[in-house]
Amino acid sequence: MDYQDRKVILSVEDLNVKFNLRGKVLHAIRGITLDVYQGETLAIVGESGSGKSVLNKNFIGLLDANGFISDGKIIYYGMDDGNPRILSDFQKEKEWLTIRGSEVSMIMQDPMTSLNPLKTVGKQIGEAVRLHQGLKGAALRQAVIKILGDVGIPEPEKRYAQYPHEFSGGMRQRVVIAIAIACRPKILICDEPTTALDVTIQAQILNLLKKLKKDYNLTVIFITHDLGVVANIADRVAVMYAGDIIEIGTSKEIFYESRHPYTWALLSSLPQLGVKGEELYSIKGTPPNLFKEVRGDAFAPRNPQALAIDFEKIPPYFDISPTHKAKTWLLDPRAPKIEPPAVIQQIRAAKKGGAEYGE
Amino acid sequence: MENREVLLQVKNMEVTFGHRKNKFVAVHGVSFDIYQGETFGLVGESGSGKTTIGRAIIRINPVSAGEVLYKGQRISGKISKELDAEVTQKIQMIFQDPMASLNERAKVDYIVSEGLTNVRKGLSNSERTSMVSNALSEVGLLPEFASRFPHEFSGGQRQRIGIARSLIMQPEFIIADEPISALDVSIRAQVLNLMSRLQKEKGLTYLFIAHDLSVMRFICHRIAVIHKGVIVELAETEDLFRHPLHPYTRALLSAIPMPDPDSEQEKVLLVYDPSCHHYEDDPPVWTEIEPGHYVMANQEELNEYRRQLSQ
Repeated sequence: MDYQDRKVILSVEDLNVKFNLRGKVLHAIRGITLDVYQGETLAIVGESGSGKSVLNKNFIGLLDANGFISDGKIIYYGMDDGNPRILSDFQKEKEWLTIRGSEVSMIMQDPMTSLNPLKTVGKQIGEAVRLHQGLKGAALRQAVIKILGDVGIPEPEKRYAQYPHEFSGGMRQRVVIAIAIACRPKILICDEPTTALDVTIQAQILNLLKKLKKDYNLTVIFITHDLGVVANIADRVAVMYAGDIIEIGTSKEIFYESRHPYTWALLSSLPQLGVKGEELYSIKGTPPNLFKEVRGDAFAPRNPQALAIDFEKIPPYFDISPTHKAKTWLLDPRAPKIEPPAVIQQIRAAKKGGAEYGE
Repeated sequence: MENREVLLQVKNMEVTFGHRKNKFVAVHGVSFDIYQGETFGLVGESGSGKTTIGRAIIRINPVSAGEVLYKGQRISGKISKELDAEVTQKIQMIFQDPMASLNERAKVDYIVSEGLTNVRKGLSNSERTSMVSNALSEVGLLPEFASRFPHEFSGGQRQRIGIARSLIMQPEFIIADEPISALDVSIRAQVLNLMSRLQKEKGLTYLFIAHDLSVMRFICHRIAVIHKGVIVELAETEDLFRHPLHPYTRALLSAIPMPDPDSEQEKVLLVYDPSCHHYEDDPPVWTEIEPGHYVMANQEELNEYRRQLSQ
């Protein structure tokens, strides 16, 4: 994919998000700068608590009441009138209603809890269509049935009148996706859409998202904790740790040429790449406490090969290619040469030799 | 795996729910052996009956036909009180969701030691405390944690508490029902490592139930693939990955997400359609097609599979 002359649809500039919690302040997002390009699939990967969901809730105005943007800007460029909207300045719910649903839409993690059990599936999808497209009666019904067909639900006429409990987990997630795309958004945020599903269903939902992205011209932001899942779907991957993006690049750059020790650790802990009979790599320790100010590289305390400077100073972004940058002192020309773990070296060697790995 | 000793035998197990009109057969005549010291994987989608098999072995769900033999002794159906107590102690279970499987209102000390009150009556308080701290340190938790409540722990730590609770009974056989499905990827690695370490140290035997074949390849010695209550294929792990025969196994394998964008973006996803079989006149039989590699197939399919294997 060519990133030279892509149009930016959503831009985040030095965003800081804080939460008031029991009289203390938690610094959840620590200065993120990120551009989302029109028509791409951007995967945001990180452990629980890394701030990936919090970041995305800012795009749709769903930040919890005790959270606030302390610094930075979020600008949305996708409006039909061509004027940019500064989302970070929005105060009123009325302003958000112009964005939420019709411009940016979201799929939540658990399909079991995100549907109303007392309403038929058709009604729930119809609500969104009526609100955003102003359809009524038979036309509304037809539109909903078409969307149900689009998300791959067989016999949409019959399913229209059924309740969520009559659907399996995978089918419910399709209904949730149907509601999200019913208002024809430009950006679709998927917050761990497959974590609660079986592997076979997960693969089907990923395929569906790819198809919908084409049919509906979507820009997709895909949040997950499992690096293994995103190889299939992502054009670009951003790796988050402790409220910051520590490495971002195209999918190939992250999988084959990663540079940050945390990305190495995430990749090495995948059982798909593990060698049987040997210990699987696991990351020691826990993520830092964000109630306290983090000094230096947030991953340093868990990184056995951390440099002295990692504990002192926050590394800046080092550019590896026009699309690939990482926040680690290892990329500084003065840094000692540290070899990545064996698994990462194997991947690189296999890719250079053109051979398959993980087979 | 020479001279393997059979620890657990499942013979034609059938489990049904409901009565007459609403009768539902969850497990149809399943048979397999689990050898001493191995990790036996049971893989299938939700609703395939894999958890039901696990629960039937540990006597939570009664079997309606067939039997379960533990070290040659029947443990299904009506058994003596002594045997029941022994089975309760020797076979333990680890549950899927560490957020839901611990009593929120009990301290870790009680959660871990609860099982002991049944089988070790008259245990003194100090003995019990020392057993709890032992179990906790074995799973990599501090003994001080005993006085805390479950909500004070992260998901990975809670799963360790779940493992400590089964270890304290000094089991020989552990049924792990999707022990890592609810965990983050980085925590999964820790729990998998812990389970293999404990297996080596204590000679445990595992029945590992999951829906994700990629994890199973890493930990299991043999894998049985189950679909709608029927085991369709059983083989040593590497054989299964090298020569998957049954179309359902192939579909499961194709669904594994690989961390490799090049091959992933060209991947063709296989979807299993049971109507690809023609079982009307020629019903399938459970056949050992290679040494240790079993598959459920009819004569026509077996010929096809043999041809594939010889290539």
